[in-house]
Amino acid sequence: MKKFLLFLLTAAMLLAMTACNGDSSTGATATPAAGGQTSAGGSIKIGGTGPLTGGAAIYGQAARNGAQIAVDEINALGGIQFELQYQDDEHDAEKAVNAYNTLKDWGMQISLGSVTSTPCVATSVENNADRIFALTPSASAVAVTEGKNNVFQMCFADPNQGTASAQYINDQKLGTKIAVIYKNDDVYSSGIYETFSSKAAELGLDVVSTTTFTEDSQQDFSVQLADAKNNGADLIFLPMYYTPASLIFQQAKSMDYSPKYFGVDGMDGILTLEGFNAELAEGVMLLTPFNADSTDTRTVNFVAKYNDAFSEVPNQFAADGYDCIYAIYAAVKAGNITSAMSASEMCEILVKQFTTTSFNGLTGDNVTWGANGQVSKSPKGMIIENGAYVGMD
Amino acid sequence: MSFLSHLISGISLGSIYAIIALGYTMVYGIAKMLNFAHGDVIMVGAYACFFMVSRYEIPAVVGVLSAVVICTLLGIIIERLAYKPLRSATSLAVLITAIGISYFLQNAAQLLWTSNPKVFNSLMGDGSVKLFDGRLSISVTAIVTIVVCVIIMLALTWFTGRTKMGKAMRACSEDKGAAQLMGINVNFTISMTFAIGSALAAIAGVLLCSAYPILTPTTGSMPGIKAFTAAVFGGIGSIPGALLGGVLLGIIEIFGKAYISTQLSDAIVFVVLIVVLLVKPTGLLGKQVQEKV
Repeated sequence: MKKFLLFLLTAAMLLAMTACNGDSSTGATATPAAGGQTSAGGSIKIGGTGPLTGGAAIYGQAARNGAQIAVDEINALGGIQFELQYQDDEHDAEKAVNAYNTLKDWGMQISLGSVTSTPCVATSVENNADRIFALTPSASAVAVTEGKNNVFQMCFADPNQGTASAQYINDQKLGTKIAVIYKNDDVYSSGIYETFSSKAAELGLDVVSTTTFTEDSQQDFSVQLADAKNNGADLIFLPMYYTPASLIFQQAKSMDYSPKYFGVDGMDGILTLEGFNAELAEGVMLLTPFNADSTDTRTVNFVAKYNDAFSEVPNQFAADGYDCIYAIYAAVKAGNITSAMSASEMCEILVKQFTTTSFNGLTGDNVTWGANGQVSKSPKGMIIENGAYVGMD
Repeated sequence: MSFLSHLISGISLGSIYAIIALGYTMVYGIAKMLNFAHGDVIMVGAYACFFMVSRYEIPAVVGVLSAVVICTLLGIIIERLAYKPLRSATSLAVLITAIGISYFLQNAAQLLWTSNPKVFNSLMGDGSVKLFDGRLSISVTAIVTIVVCVIIMLALTWFTGRTKMGKAMRACSEDKGAAQLMGINVNFTISMTFAIGSALAAIAGVLLCSAYPILTPTTGSMPGIKAFTAAVFGGIGSIPGALLGGVLLGIIEIFGKAYISTQLSDAIVFVVLIVVLLVKPTGLLGKQVQEKV
């Protein structure tokens, strides 16, 4: 019996070790893919952390893939050469700081921060202390940029999403009576809700029902939906990630309630949920800066390349990653940055460039940044039709 | 009408808690230990059923039955490897082991199946029954959940009251030493208890995910804790107590959300628990056992 136990323990340990190897090799494979074609000597090293495995992996992988496509395009042009490395942070602040340190040891000169908010709040502190310039593709919390003059965001900050959603619902007259369901123990969800609700009051939108849920009670939404239904809401605003949203759609359907739904960028990705019945999301609207169906040539080109390489349609995180690299490229060119400069020298030039110039990307035209690091660009409304995202305007 | 529909959601949610609570209460009653890995066995059952039915398109009934078999085996293996060697250890050591098993199962699931959420399509379909000119609609899943809970409760009552094995279990829960002297195989009886508890966990997993179809490696942990609360609420060790505790907990949770505040629903549940335990420390149907000196 003892021997058998010993054997089991050894087996478990071996399993754990191979598992760790598996993880680190996925992180490491990004390196040769990134720098494989170029000689490392003359290239500028760009590093980022993101959830490449785990529950938020959809976001991390998309941002990394998008950035990789941009790096490959730029390197193919000749001239300035980039080398990209992404490290896995599993959407965990502590692991993100470790991943950041790995990148620093590697010689990272410019940082893409972290993909998701919680880890990015931690790594942006390091970026600021080390004077390494950071441009995060998608970490939207205010705390990411607050008080750090060298950390910038490519995505909307949370408060802007709330304000923009209220504005959009009002301008497009999407609903007369509005219900809101938000997650009150989550900084992302409640941050958007607060600005949405104050903007809605200012615009005179009729919010008839406001209900909440928490991490521990995100299974049963019958009460929240009944409240919205009994108050006659014809549109429900859902500032949350897509996992609880998918439960809301399903439960609303089973109670024969079919309002319109309006989501924010966390809703992006719902169609990739394994086993999800796309019919439930039919007609769901969301505000996102990127529209994969746009006929704009750069977007068409990007979507085709992404589809070839990863056999899926890129979401906005991929486009944000792509835009980050191009924004950095533009600033590097304009500021005459060379790979021989130190990270802190680059940082000062990049900060100056980012706060003074504007940028045209997939996720918006005439994108500008304030000194606080927050981006200013106009969101696009999207609607899910026949299981695909379609632009609304 | 909304009162009735809230009541039905509450009973349906409570029925799932009750089935999970049965697993806690039986194991506690007989082995005198809190099996905190129970919630994660639920998760394994749900994954087993998900893979059978959604990936390999095996008929739902076979899927559920094989989930039950897998969980039963898992329960027996866990008991044999982790708990049996600790039978004479302090209850604190066993408790910590149970928590360890719980983490082990969660992380193993994360490794095997990743933590990307999976959508569990209800085996009962998404139909609903309409009453009162369509003003009240009850989902088929809710009805099946309640019916299954009642059947399980009746079957268990019969099992513990009438069968030889059931009587052996009751004997073990009263006095292990005496039971052994009367020729009952205590170890086997405890293993059986784990097997039954784990089989119930598989059914609970399928029902839980049919009602709330998002499946992740941590799916079982919160319902597990709520069901443990239900077991304590109803009187841990008592089978009718688990039913009563589970259903009441479900109803209080839904009514708290509906009529008091969605923000405070969990707080309300636990305040009620505290009040009940202050008034009746053994739970609603718990027996007051006199310690013999």
